[in-house]
Amino acid sequence: MMEKVLLLALVLFIVAIALSLYRLVIGPSQPDRAIALDTVGVNLLSAIAIVSVLLSTKAFLDAILILGILSFIGTISFSKYIERGVLIERKRND
Amino acid sequence: MNLIVAIFLPILAALFVPLLFKKVKQLHTGWFVLLIPLSLFFFYASFIQRVANGDIFSSTFHWVQSLQLSFISYIDGLSLLFSLLITGIGSLVVLYSIFYLDKSKEQLHNFYVYLLLFMSAMLGVVQSDNVITLYLFWELTSISSFLLIAYWFNRDASRFGALKSMMITVFGGLLMLGGFVLLSMMGDTYSIRELIAQAPQLAQHDYFTWALVLILFGAFTKSAQGPFYIWLPDAMEAPTPVSAYLHSATMVKAGIYLVARFTPIFAVSELWIWLVTGTGLFTLAWCSFFALKQTDLKGILAFSTVSQLGLIMALLGAGAMSYHVDGAVETVFKYAAFAAIFHLINHATFKGSLFMIVGIIDHETGTRDIQKLGGLMSLMPISFTVAMIGSLSMAGVPLFNGFLSKEMFLTAMLSIKEFGLFSFDTFGVLFPILAWVASVFTFAYSLYFVTHTFFGKYKPEQLPKKAHEAPIAMLVSPIVLAVLVVTIFFIPNVVATYFIKPAVLAIQPFLYSDVSQIDIHISAWHGFNKELWMTLGIFAVGTLLIVTLKKWQHVYDRVPAGFNKMYDAVMQFSDVGMNRLARLYMTGSNQTYLLYMLASFVVLVLGTLFTQGGFVFDASNVAPIRVYDIVLVAVLVCGTIIALVTKSRLTSIIGLGVVGYSVAMFFVLFNAPDLALTQLVIETISVALFLLCFYHLPKNSRTEKRMRFKLSRFAVSFGVGATVTIVAIAAQSQKMMTSISEYYKETVYSLAGGGNIVNVILVDYRGFDTLFEIAVLAIAGLGIFAMIKLRLGEGKEKKQIENK
Repeated sequence: MMEKVLLLALVLFIVAIALSLYRLVIGPSQPDRAIALDTVGVNLLSAIAIVSVLLSTKAFLDAILILGILSFIGTISFSKYIERGVLIERKRND
Repeated sequence: MNLIVAIFLPILAALFVPLLFKKVKQLHTGWFVLLIPLSLFFFYASFIQRVANGDIFSSTFHWVQSLQLSFISYIDGLSLLFSLLITGIGSLVVLYSIFYLDKSKEQLHNFYVYLLLFMSAMLGVVQSDNVITLYLFWELTSISSFLLIAYWFNRDASRFGALKSMMITVFGGLLMLGGFVLLSMMGDTYSIRELIAQAPQLAQHDYFTWALVLILFGAFTKSAQGPFYIWLPDAMEAPTPVSAYLHSATMVKAGIYLVARFTPIFAVSELWIWLVTGTGLFTLAWCSFFALKQTDLKGILAFSTVSQLGLIMALLGAGAMSYHVDGAVETVFKYAAFAAIFHLINHATFKGSLFMIVGIIDHETGTRDIQKLGGLMSLMPISFTVAMIGSLSMAGVPLFNGFLSKEMFLTAMLSIKEFGLFSFDTFGVLFPILAWVASVFTFAYSLYFVTHTFFGKYKPEQLPKKAHEAPIAMLVSPIVLAVLVVTIFFIPNVVATYFIKPAVLAIQPFLYSDVSQIDIHISAWHGFNKELWMTLGIFAVGTLLIVTLKKWQHVYDRVPAGFNKMYDAVMQFSDVGMNRLARLYMTGSNQTYLLYMLASFVVLVLGTLFTQGGFVFDASNVAPIRVYDIVLVAVLVCGTIIALVTKSRLTSIIGLGVVGYSVAMFFVLFNAPDLALTQLVIETISVALFLLCFYHLPKNSRTEKRMRFKLSRFAVSFGVGATVTIVAIAAQSQKMMTSISEYYKETVYSLAGGGNIVNVILVDYRGFDTLFEIAVLAIAGLGIFAMIKLRLGEGKEKKQIENK
């Protein structure tokens, strides 16, 4: 029973990822895509969590953390790129 | 003195020649050089009596003993005769060159170094008993001859002639090496003596014919036989002493030597007799015909040399027939080998003197063009006498040695008809006819050479210099040779005893057991027989030809210069054709090269897999397929297809990202947490790097285009995918042994003290790989830093623009 629920949740997450991917491809503006990517990241993270419950292992908790950080960094840098046009500014004191 | 040291003496002396040339300015360098061949000549002359008694000398210097390579100097009748020719004529040529080459204008140190190099090489060729060192010296003669022909390297014709002779002789030399290797494989020895000893067994071997043909290629190219004669007339751009030495007396006889030396091995073959005799006669007739066309004195002598070499070659071929017959006929063919050696000596004497005379004429009148020369008889009486002696000997007139050998040649050719084997009884008739026609032309060009140079009217207005007799010192060498020409006619049997009979014993070792068994006697008068009438016919028709030369010379304009054109066409074709071929497949485009590589990968792998029966499909060991595997595969395929078919590059990058993250998910599903972690981080970084590259694309190349569909690329991509899949299936289906991972599993904690098996393998069991992967990353990092920071090209470009 428990396994069925988990599988269902996994499928739902995959559907959510697919929908976000659709937005990622279509997304008329850049911020749309940034949000879509962030959503994909979060959904992926949750999907891994469910998979690790399914496989009953703690080994993937690191992967979840990493994905969280990456997703965060990715979104931040995307936003900065949209805002400023560059990621790393060379001259800070001018 | 050791025989090996004697061979290398000229090369060792050559080391000091430049020093002497630079330090001793007053004296002509040639005087020092003269000592070398002279002392060697006397050294070899000391062997004459003992070799004539049938003794054989040999000495060995081990070179690479483990490969059985050694310098073996082997002195028997044949090699002693050649060594004497090389050192004797070498001395005369050096003496002549002292007066021919000016010590202040010419690069004498180069000249004598090349010449001494050549002398060593030639001595090595004729004395080597080891086929590999024989080949070594053989190529050294090619190289030193190349250097000598192009001695005046600022002339185009010299360089062309040198290149041509190099191409042809090295081509033949390489084929000959192949023949030698086959021969030594057949006999399991490099020694020529040992090969000759097992000659009957060799003839049964599969490689026999191959070795025969390849070695003959070497001999024919070196001795300018058959179609390979074309390099010799072009080699006449060399200084005259070189032409006299290399291209008449010594180097071109290396092929003759080779044929003579290997006759005991190959003479049992029909092919050998046909090739040697046929090519010799063909060359004899063809080149004696063309000699009359030449207007350059050296050109006449070059064609004459080639045709005379053909004569000797034909005689050697006829000599080989004696292996097949016995009884009365056998003596006739033994006679042919004898005649070959005799004519070889005669040719070296008269042709050497003629070349030197041509050099004198060139030196004293400034031209070698026969149309400008004439009437020099009273101005240059000594040269005229020597030239007359040489030419009459070449023509085969009595009182000169050429007559004797020509008579013997005619006898041998007439007797070919009686040789019953190998369909010689039908075609054999052609041989004496060809020989006779060639002799007529030989007679004609010999007279043409003398009469047009020395008789007729003196034309001072056409000559660059005022003609006068050469200094007597320059005439010494030709006079010595001319005296020999006459002397040999009167004492042929002394020459026969001391030189020819030991040499014949070396050529036909199975027919005689001792020198004393060779009972051939040369006599100037045979009585009234066929040969005499033939000779008289030659004189009559030859005189007629030369008198009416002007009337029929236009015939030559219609005869095409076939072989030279062929050589030019081959050179042109290989140059242009190879360029075209290279341009055809070397397109410079990476896509084409990738296509070649991948296509050959598909062909090779699939070909091997299916021809060797490597493909097996076995589903018994396969794990069950789960639902989320299928979903993930679908996502992965979607990502791949998006990356392939999308119009925009940005979407492509995202598609790749999708693929990367799905791979990370696969790692999750297949229980590989460490891999999943790394894959996630790396994928993120590489997608970011791709985006960076995309951002910096030049504006005008940002036009978004869908990748064009090309059938060839599709086919190759499909092939590669299919190949990899098939190989993976085949590999999975037939695992031969169990994995060693059980060992890791059992010992990861007990031996290595860790829980994470992947990390323990990375840093403990197999830490070496990790070390170098770290190194790879370090190199990549440094490389990127260097590429970004180091901008050497920029400044240069700016400077160039400023200069413009």
